[in-house]
Amino acid sequence: MAQAAVAHVEGQQHPIKLYLVVWGWLFVLSTCSYLVDYFGLHGYLRWSLILLFMILKAGLIVAIFMHMAWERLALMYAILVPPVLVLVFVGIMVFESNYTLFTRIIFFGPGP
Amino acid sequence: MADVALANTGAAPTRPSGWQGIAADWSSDQRAFKNVSWGKAMMWIFLLSDTFIFSCFLLSYMTVRMSTTVPWPNPSTVFALTIGGTTIPLILIAIMTFILISSSGTMAMAVNFGYRHDRVKSAALMLVTAAFGATFVGMQGFEWTKLIMEGVRPWGNPWGADQFGSSFFMITGFHGTHVTIGVIFLIIISRKVLRGDFDREARGFFTSRKGHYEIVEIMGLYWHFVDLVWVFIFAFFYLW
Repeated sequence: MAQAAVAHVEGQQHPIKLYLVVWGWLFVLSTCSYLVDYFGLHGYLRWSLILLFMILKAGLIVAIFMHMAWERLALMYAILVPPVLVLVFVGIMVFESNYTLFTRIIFFGPGP
Repeated sequence: MADVALANTGAAPTRPSGWQGIAADWSSDQRAFKNVSWGKAMMWIFLLSDTFIFSCFLLSYMTVRMSTTVPWPNPSTVFALTIGGTTIPLILIAIMTFILISSSGTMAMAVNFGYRHDRVKSAALMLVTAAFGATFVGMQGFEWTKLIMEGVRPWGNPWGADQFGSSFFMITGFHGTHVTIGVIFLIIISRKVLRGDFDREARGFFTSRKGHYEIVEIMGLYWHFVDLVWVFIFAFFYLW
């Protein structure tokens, strides 16, 4: 909190080293997610690794590069909570597409 | 003075933190976002709305991919490139990812140097960012050309489900548009930085408001968001 108070004297002031470290981590994580495809991992291992690296990368970008980690909670929650609700939409559409697939298989023959 | 008070994110009196802070900030008069200027708050809210737009694209992609009875084309081979006789899967997309991440790194440092009033470094880093962005768009143009030559259309393709083409052109096209707009604004703002507009607090020609180095950070928010969207596109469209 003391740091947050100082940071707003003029905008955000952080050491350049922090950005370089995050940059390095983003490179490492991107390489990892590329290697998932390169080594042809499949099934739940592939999907969970893709999601893990994606969330870590997204978190680093939002928290450090976009300075969200140093903002007040009022802004943080106002911006970060609504996208989480998209997951409800995802759930609805998963349900919907399973139904569409089901009817297609019933009426047009076997699926993949 | 009134103008300064509005634009300045200034040293605030001690405010409660945690849940009490949220309740206090939102229930107080006038401003919910206490130490964030309207410009930055509005950029965040714009980015939130853009998040929903890209969410809808990715969701519709998910829906068509899950509901088709025809196998989905394998992105790993569709986006493979043959370099020096060896075919490397997805290599073009990997390079594009690294380019965009690098551009985010240079942008973050441009914001930092901007707040230190280091005009030349800030503007130079923004121009490097713009160059990375332009490279990215160029590679996307190459990718589109390659796929169109191979017969990918929004209504069909040689490898599988027809919906592949429409999802691909819609999602990457919209993202590429965002990058292009970002490059244009990066060039405009780096010119302002280099000219010293924000040291003199010169008024913008469109808003007539006094310029501050915070504009570099707001530009940075947009640019990092473009990178952020690519993280999701990379994971869901290219890797899944």
